[in-house]
Amino acid sequence: MTTSRTRFTAPQRLPHWLMAICILSMLFIGVGMVSTITSKYLTLVQIHKPLGIAILVLALIRLTLRIIYGAPSLPADLPEPIKLAAISSQYIFYILMIAMPLIGWAMLSAAAYPVVLFGSVHLPSILPVNPSLHTLLWRAHHYLAFAFFAFILMHVAAMIFHKLIRNDGIFETMAPGSTHDYSESK
Amino acid sequence: MVPSPASPKPFRLWPFVLIAAVVGIAAVGFAYTAGWLSPNRLTPKKLVAGLAPPGGPALGHRRNHAKGICFTGTFEANGEGSSLSKAPVFVRGQYPIVGRFNLGTPNPNAEDAMVRVRGLGILITTPDGQEWRSAMINAPIFPVSNPQAFYDLLTASASKDPDAMKNFIAANPGFLTFLPWAKSDQWTESYAEEPYNSLNSFLFVDESGAKHPIRWSLIPAAQLVSISPADLAKRGPDYLEQEITQRVAAGPQHWNLMVTVANPGDPTADPNKAWPADRRTINVGTMTVQQIEPERDGPCRDINFDPTVLPAGITTSDDPFPAARSAAYSRSYNSRTAEEADYPRNATGARQ
Repeated sequence: MTTSRTRFTAPQRLPHWLMAICILSMLFIGVGMVSTITSKYLTLVQIHKPLGIAILVLALIRLTLRIIYGAPSLPADLPEPIKLAAISSQYIFYILMIAMPLIGWAMLSAAAYPVVLFGSVHLPSILPVNPSLHTLLWRAHHYLAFAFFAFILMHVAAMIFHKLIRNDGIFETMAPGSTHDYSESK
Repeated sequence: MVPSPASPKPFRLWPFVLIAAVVGIAAVGFAYTAGWLSPNRLTPKKLVAGLAPPGGPALGHRRNHAKGICFTGTFEANGEGSSLSKAPVFVRGQYPIVGRFNLGTPNPNAEDAMVRVRGLGILITTPDGQEWRSAMINAPIFPVSNPQAFYDLLTASASKDPDAMKNFIAANPGFLTFLPWAKSDQWTESYAEEPYNSLNSFLFVDESGAKHPIRWSLIPAAQLVSISPADLAKRGPDYLEQEITQRVAAGPQHWNLMVTVANPGDPTADPNKAWPADRRTINVGTMTVQQIEPERDGPCRDINFDPTVLPAGITTSDDPFPAARSAAYSRSYNSRTAEEADYPRNATGARQ
């Protein structure tokens, strides 16, 4: 869905940057926690679960806002392959943002772990206890995490490319703050 | 529509360098966090691999305490624990338990008389869905003081170097206080006659938010009957499982859950150090084992008895072991569930 707007709306930009912080933290927490046996392990696990659910909620809010407000259109002169990459990467991000927490939650359910958010607050199990399902979901959670990180690196690289090399206004569509409208500044 | 630059700009190298630098630094930071750049970091993977016998782990089985048998029963709280912890499990009442008697060995086919350490895993659930999991053993203290020392013990005992154990003990003299128990001939003839100790210190959090450092033990109601390992061997390699099955079929077995409260200054971070015997001890309730079930397709089969799965009202202390155990148990769980095909399930197929 595209509109003639040149920037994402403020209610879209805020969750984007909030989620950028949450998801990057989440990926570092994830690889960090599975590689340590120190007391940090428990702290990281305790952050990982509620943060994952927070990301799920934020992702659903963003998806809703995206459906309501749409997205600014891409520059007309953007080469087709880049256009395709830009559009498909957005789909991939939405899929990962929503799938990863759900896979994590389902994985814990399949392993009979309680999904404790904090204190006595916990989520219900969403799958029966099942070793094969657990293995499938655990592997998906593991490999998708690395794919997610790789996509974020590409996303960041692409944004620097758009800003510093093409200077085509794509970075400004999501830039924070009350930057003046790009098209008017030309 | 956003306009694009009218004419191509001259090529500039620095934006590409910046992209490479940003991506590179992020990737290196990620790799460092994942432990790929720290070969000396003690990871769950290393710790679990250290438990494996020379021929490799028994696929599909727990990486330690691999031989075991399931049970179901209840925990009947007498209400006394509520003075120390707000956990609902201490409110007077009866709560279901799924548990597992086990032997401290990575070999699921070990002979009972070859294994000194016997263990008990329990999972107690309260009606609000909170869980308390605990994995205890019959030893009065743990052999070592910290997870690194435990890894060193595994490495030393697997080493071909004749001085390895000598060097380990020189670096970890606390091991000597564990040896008299490990070498004693006073074994019992039944899982039902064993005490099971948390060894690790935890904190009970009361209604006011105050934290009380504690350890707990399950003290058997059954009379202890001592037996030498040689005599136990004569009764057969799986005697303990057969015995507990018959005993529980004849009547439920009981243990009192005793909570020991530390005095100020008692070591909570070191399970190798016992607390003096005069510490305040509270009987908070009774565990009753009502039914024994084979582990294959049994109710404890797919449970990870992670000692850090705790209800609100119990938390970990400065004892470094629960975190290390949780990390290693998780690794073990992931491995064995992925090797499901190697686990000898019952011919009738998966449990319902």
